Amino acid sequence: MSGAVTLERPTNRDEEWRYADAGFLKAADPAALAQWMEWTVAPGEVVQEYRVLASGDEAGGTVERLRVHVGRNGRFECAAVNAAGHYARLELEVTLEQGAHFSFGGVTIGGEGKVQEFVTRVIHAEPEATSRQVVRAVQWGHATGNFLGRIDVVRDAQKTDAAQNFKAILLEKGAAANAKPELEIYADDVKCAHGAAIGALDRQAAFYMASRGIPPEVARKLLVRAYIADAFELVTDEEVRTRLLDEALAALEGAAL
Amino acid sequence: MLEISNLQAGVAGKPILKGLSLDVKPGEIHAIMGPNGAGKSTLGYTLGGRPGYGVTGGSVIFDGADLLAMEPHERAAAGLFLGFQYPVEIPGVSFVQFLREALNAQRKTRGEDPLSGGEFLKLAREKAALLKLDMEMLKRPVNVGFSGGEKKRAEMVQMGILDPKLAILDETDSGLDIDALRIVGEGINAIMRKPDKAVLLITHYQRLLDYVKPDHVHVLTAGRIVKSGGPELALELEREGYEAVAA
Repeated sequence: MSGAVTLERPTNRDEEWRYADAGFLKAADPAALAQWMEWTVAPGEVVQEYRVLASGDEAGGTVERLRVHVGRNGRFECAAVNAAGHYARLELEVTLEQGAHFSFGGVTIGGEGKVQEFVTRVIHAEPEATSRQVVRAVQWGHATGNFLGRIDVVRDAQKTDAAQNFKAILLEKGAAANAKPELEIYADDVKCAHGAAIGALDRQAAFYMASRGIPPEVARKLLVRAYIADAFELVTDEEVRTRLLDEALAALEGAAL
Repeated sequence: MLEISNLQAGVAGKPILKGLSLDVKPGEIHAIMGPNGAGKSTLGYTLGGRPGYGVTGGSVIFDGADLLAMEPHERAAAGLFLGFQYPVEIPGVSFVQFLREALNAQRKTRGEDPLSGGEFLKLAREKAALLKLDMEMLKRPVNVGFSGGEKKRAEMVQMGILDPKLAILDETDSGLDIDALRIVGEGINAIMRKPDKAVLLITHYQRLLDYVKPDHVHVLTAGRIVKSGGPELALELEREGYEAVAA
């Protein structure tokens, strides 16, 4: 088999890689980029997954690709913090059988020139499956936060109920965020909602906090915490939720803002 | 306690305060009255250090220190409280969390130990009761879903908890019905009517002054104090209007 298949290196011209760091792609091993972890959630089973991509290899990158098949009435719930760099990508491809559910909460948070992204593809392969995705991006410096979310609803997947929501706050000029929702719907009795917004931290709230004695860095942390908390609402275990919030906020500590 | 000398300030290069001077001593309550656009809110925001409000001349000494050289949060820690005409909503941050952060940040700046969660809740409960605000409301996100009157009462609860030396209250009476006006007035007296504290009440109307008796009343018109007097001046303004009195 070796040598029989030549793997093409992805570039920014490929839709799923359009916002990826070009320098990283040029240097990456195409075989490594083509690898997926494969999981199965058995019918009726509930799987919860929490992933933290924390800062490590500042010069290189991290690409994690996870393909999950969720059986009838099964649930896959995933929450993730993407605080790594220089390039960090978590990609999920989730196929839902009848009545299955997928929820995803993701936060990208980082500065310098980091490129952090979530790429999801949710395939509603059978009727009555549901999916909920909430992604928040907090970027500063020249960092970029991306969410590419594709939802496929196949012809017979009636009563599909899918939603995705993306919001970004840019703490400084020079930071960026990209949202790319993509809905491919071939059934007719379907609910599919998506929304995206990009803005700055609320200055009025920051001054209100300062006027009560809260220093700017503490105010920023409180406001960012409140902002990203939406993404972790799916996490029912309070301890886990707090840990994820702390992991995300750790990236903000010591940020030169 | 507060000495404002020839203060000149504005927004976006537009002069609004044009040489304002005022001397507030401990134990005093001053009312600043004036028509719309006179610069009343600009005075509050300039003293509070709101970004965008630029000082072009004059000085402000607060408790012996140069107020204008301090950051907004340092002004609060030094004992200044700014009551907002339009209190800001902060989704996702509870009042309890917000105020505990604020109080402990102020205490830290002053070199004092932080209050524990229990100590803080006891204090918050006491001040909420004083303003007849349900303690449950302080567990909600800051000002979110509060009525106009509830926001103003919550401002006074904050003042009670933070225990400032000087309170600058910008139209705290606006949006209050008769009962809420009395509760807020009594709250201001209970918290701030003390020999070592002072209040600057910025207001449009004399009605709050029925409950909080000022020692001095000033008329602010076109960025300057044009007339000062005792409590009787407020009544005169109410009767005859700003134009007649300030002319």
